[in-house]
Amino acid sequence: MINYLWGIMIISGMGYAILTGHGKEVGIAAIDSSKEAIELCIAMLGVMGLWMGLMQIAIKSGIMKKLTQGLNPVIKMLFPTLPADSNAREYITSNFVANILGLGWAATPVGLKAMKELKGLNNDSEEASIDMCTFLIINISSLQLIPINVITYRSQYGSANPSSIIGYAIIATAVSTLAGVLFSTIARKISSKE
Amino acid sequence: MNNVLMYLSDYAIPIVIFYIVLVGIQSKCLIFEEFLTGAKDGLGIVIELMPTLIGLMVGIGVMRASGVFEVMVGLMKPITDMLKFPSELLPLAIVKMFSSSAASSLLIDIYKEFGADSYLGRLASVMMSASETVFYTLAVYTTAGGIKKTRYIVPGGLFATIVGIICAVVLLNV
Repeated sequence: MINYLWGIMIISGMGYAILTGHGKEVGIAAIDSSKEAIELCIAMLGVMGLWMGLMQIAIKSGIMKKLTQGLNPVIKMLFPTLPADSNAREYITSNFVANILGLGWAATPVGLKAMKELKGLNNDSEEASIDMCTFLIINISSLQLIPINVITYRSQYGSANPSSIIGYAIIATAVSTLAGVLFSTIARKISSKE
Repeated sequence: MNNVLMYLSDYAIPIVIFYIVLVGIQSKCLIFEEFLTGAKDGLGIVIELMPTLIGLMVGIGVMRASGVFEVMVGLMKPITDMLKFPSELLPLAIVKMFSSSAASSLLIDIYKEFGADSYLGRLASVMMSASETVFYTLAVYTTAGGIKKTRYIVPGGLFATIVGIICAVVLLNV
């Protein structure tokens, strides 16, 4: 899937640019983007190091245990086949919590860690496990309740009431997450029958 | 209301870090050594992720610079017109699936052109809030999970995203 997607991105972009005479711009864009990716990685190194370090303390001191226990019913419903003693539970829970609170910088490290744990449970298979599918679909459905970045932009660009969209945003986010949950639950039932 | 939200977003990080370290001290674990173990782990994840990010960001950069996004918008226009979705917001809906920063600059353009409190400005705000960078997230997370076959993740993610956008349109038209 990723192979096709990336192929389409490059071929369509390059092909269209060559045909329409934007070769130079696209060449520059390709080189600049690769530099940008490394700049992003350097920024990420700091944040990931800091946050994963703090998470390790949170795990050892029992904060994560408490958080996981509180949200256990939800995780159980979404991931019925996930082993009870798996570390993936704690990582998935904290990824969801960080996403809901809009702490994107905190959500990604634990989310990636959750994928690594699920990979182990999946016997290092190249095919996504059902739990991975559920986790990613819910993640992709957008969980952030208060869109603080959008509110900030609105206040910068002349809105009389920047936070007036919060109610709509919460409903739309909840509905899209519900759609993701519904989709994964049905897909899980169909895949386990096969 | 605004002030409370801004305060919360400013203080979320300090409060979370303070709390984690405080409980860490109380539980008598070797906080700094644990911190180093975790931090090392985090750095490893980023190093592993680097090739994916280079590939992905070059793909996105090429698509943005070539004008292919505009062509995609043109192709989808008949469908969105039928659904009464404003075509001005189509680039935002598509770009948001790939890159959050590119979508933010489009959002700001919409605010400048139509006003943040106009129908389009408000709809764009809600859409932006209720959707995630589908393909970016997918690429980064599947790399960490060592996945080549993504099964039904893409249809599932797109379904949730489209339902969110439809919901935003319905909410703002009620």
